[in-house]
Amino acid sequence: MIPITLTVNGRRVEATVEPRTHLADFLREQQRLTGTHLGCEQGVCGACTILLDGVPARACLAFAVACDGAEIRTVEGFDGDPLMARLREAFSAEHALQCGFCTPGMLISAYDLIRRLPEADEARIRRELSGNLCRCTGYVGIVAAVQRVLAEVPKAATAPSPAAEASPSARADTPLWGKIKTALGAKPKA
Amino acid sequence: MKAAAFDYVAPQTVAAALDALDAEGEARILAGGQSLAPLLNLRLATPKRLVDIGRIAALRRIEDRGDHHRIGAMVTHAAIEDGGMALADHGMLAHVAAGIAYRAVRNRGTIGGSLAHADPSGDWPSALMALDARAVAAGRAGEREIAIRDFLRGAFATALEPGEMLTAILLPKLSAAARWGYYKIVRKAGEFPEAIGAALFDSERRRARIVIGALGSAPLPLDNLAARAAEKGIEAVALDAVEAALREAAPDLDRIALRHHAVAARRAILEALAP
Ligand SMILES: Cc1cc2nc3c(=O)[nH]c(=O)nc-3n(C[C@H](O)[C@H](O)[C@H](O)COP(=O)(O)OP(=O)(O)OC[C@H]3O[C@@H](n4cnc5c(N)ncnc54)[C@H](O)[C@@H]3O)c2cc1C
Ligand code: FES
Ligand code: FES
Repeated sequence: MIPITLTVNGRRVEATVEPRTHLADFLREQQRLTGTHLGCEQGVCGACTILLDGVPARACLAFAVACDGAEIRTVEGFDGDPLMARLREAFSAEHALQCGFCTPGMLISAYDLIRRLPEADEARIRRELSGNLCRCTGYVGIVAAVQRVLAEVPKAATAPSPAAEASPSARADTPLWGKIKTALGAKPKA
Repeated sequence: MKAAAFDYVAPQTVAAALDALDAEGEARILAGGQSLAPLLNLRLATPKRLVDIGRIAALRRIEDRGDHHRIGAMVTHAAIEDGGMALADHGMLAHVAAGIAYRAVRNRGTIGGSLAHADPSGDWPSALMALDARAVAAGRAGEREIAIRDFLRGAFATALEPGEMLTAILLPKLSAAARWGYYKIVRKAGEFPEAIGAALFDSERRRARIVIGALGSAPLPLDNLAARAAEKGIEAVALDAVEAALREAAPDLDRIALRHHAVAARRAILEALAP
């Protein structure tokens, strides 16, 4: 057993782990954060996708011991995040989920896509989400949900931004993201 | 499935990593884990110890060395995809990187890990062979350079000796006249390809390369075909000519694989040479 210290959803966590325990098992079984799902445990399905130091990663392919010092954000860690709030609303409005098994990973990938590629068209959205398998929806609703949020983003991105609020993941912050957040945050919650 | 138990060390320097590799017991390097972790989870690999090289800062650097760039083994696919450093490769590496797996995999997977893994269907082995890159291997006796052609020995087999590790890839700079093409046949975006074609023509440096990948063994360079294409233009490398050259070099390919790979190569050549 090896001691590690890391940040999970903004909270400092100290734990001891067996080297062979992957991050998804650590989150689910030691941290009781069961929003991170496990489908294949070989990197293919995307259900376990989380943010690791601000960027998406497969939690089934990262060993917890190797995440000493890292900053982890799971689907449970987005309370009060305006972009994730919009994505949740859009997923429900567009019927982008049925059983919900793929949804946590899908939301994380969609969140990254919108921040990284605000100009993405439908083909690009489909390519970017190709690493997240959904066995229920046929993807049409998921793509529509992402498009719905993206449609607000170019406007948001070009709108003047007086002050961008502080982000929990400072190193992933960009001026564009500041504008996106300001614009999305200004919208009334559904 | 869950990985079998293993010991874990995370050295801060290459020298310490080499020490850890040398120590008793079967040790294996952990880079991005995007090929190794699935093997561990499926218990297809059961090493006694993992030597995590993710904390060695020197391996994440890209340096300009005059006529080439030195790319650290731990540079991720995503870092290459996003560019940010001028590599004098006319964007070929960024294009290849963007086509590997999915963003979540590219954020962790590394160019060195991919080359050392030497998966016949991997993208970097074929692309780096077409670019005449060299691998830098570090061992107890110091560093040595190996041309990618000699480094890749077969499916999942490289010229690395036990106790050695890959520290960098040396990427020659292309001239302004260089043209490249890279085409893969894939069933679904992000999956491993059925066939890879890579082409590079640099008239100023007098280099012409056509490489065929995803053959089940190391990528195959077709130098005579490339020379003919460079000399006579695309008419000299019609699909039939590519297929004939490939059949001669790889007589065991079945008709379907032959056609797939010839088409991938032909499309890469067209991308590179079409006006
Ligand atoms: C779902 C999925 C789809 C994928 N699709 C593709 C694809 O389309 N194309 C593609 O090219 N790849 C694909 N990959 C593989 C991916 O590119 C990996 O990143 C890459 O093959 C291995 O790099 P790594 O850094 O993750 O290495 P690891 O998985 O950490 O290591 C791989 C092997 O190389 C050894 N090794 C690693 N680094 C070194 C070193 N510096 N010196 C000596 N030995 C070393 C390790 O011991 C291990 O045996 C895919 C992976 C997944 C999970
Ligand atoms: S469980 Fe991690 S990708 Fe499927
Ligand atoms: S909603 Fe069931 S797998 Fe996507």
